[in-house]
Amino acid sequence: MGSVEIAVPPVAEYLQMVRAIVGAAAALDDRLQAGRVADVRLVVSEAVTNALRAQAVAHVADPILVRCDLGGDRIVVEVADHGPGFDPSAVPDLPEVETPERLRHESGLGVSLMHQLADSAVLDSGPDGTVVKLTFVVGNA
Amino acid sequence: MQLDVHRYAHESCVVLAVLGELDLAGAPRLRQSVVSETATGIRHLVLDLTAVDFIDSTGLGVVVGALRRLRAHGAELSVVCPEQRIRRVFEMCDLDRVFTLHGTVDDAVSASGSV
Repeated sequence: MGSVEIAVPPVAEYLQMVRAIVGAAAALDDRLQAGRVADVRLVVSEAVTNALRAQAVAHVADPILVRCDLGGDRIVVEVADHGPGFDPSAVPDLPEVETPERLRHESGLGVSLMHQLADSAVLDSGPDGTVVKLTFVVGNA
Repeated sequence: MQLDVHRYAHESCVVLAVLGELDLAGAPRLRQSVVSETATGIRHLVLDLTAVDFIDSTGLGVVVGALRRLRAHGAELSVVCPEQRIRRVFEMCDLDRVFTLHGTVDDAVSASGSV
């Protein structure tokens, strides 16, 4: 078991670096099914993007903490911010995709992608911030 | 450079060829390019995502916003997206039902209603 931890400055230009590091760490586990590294990269991007937006809203300059646990029967990525928090159950559904109203929404898909692509996506949010825990099962589980 | 946008005219349309990673950092660059083109009274814009290495939901949001802006001006948007790894993100968000994803710029132009 081991882990990679990154304290990321809350600046969008660091997103690419975070994806590269976490993706490279996941790719070292050759039990991860083909194509899953791309899923890890995408889901991490969504989680860190939400963290960046949350901290920007509250003008919080603290680093965003990204931790990637490796070597067990799963890869676990945690993304922790110090934004104002939100109620994950209160996130509204987007309008039907083929309706004109859908085009008014340029965001709102990130959490849905996390749930689609990670084996588990748990969001724990409160007034001191949000922790997103993303789990990817490796091997023959 | 995380994202670059090259503009060129092609037959009756304008092509914005996007290179790099289309995320929160790159989104403003492409959004500004689309806004600039819309302001010129363009009739048909082609977004060529062939050289996009990565796209997430923020990047998709820029493409959705481009369609809204162009339609509001009575103009047309086509999306060129031959790479399966990028198409897959559109598909996961059901946006392949909103956009026809063309394989080449020529395909997009010939499929357009404006030529």
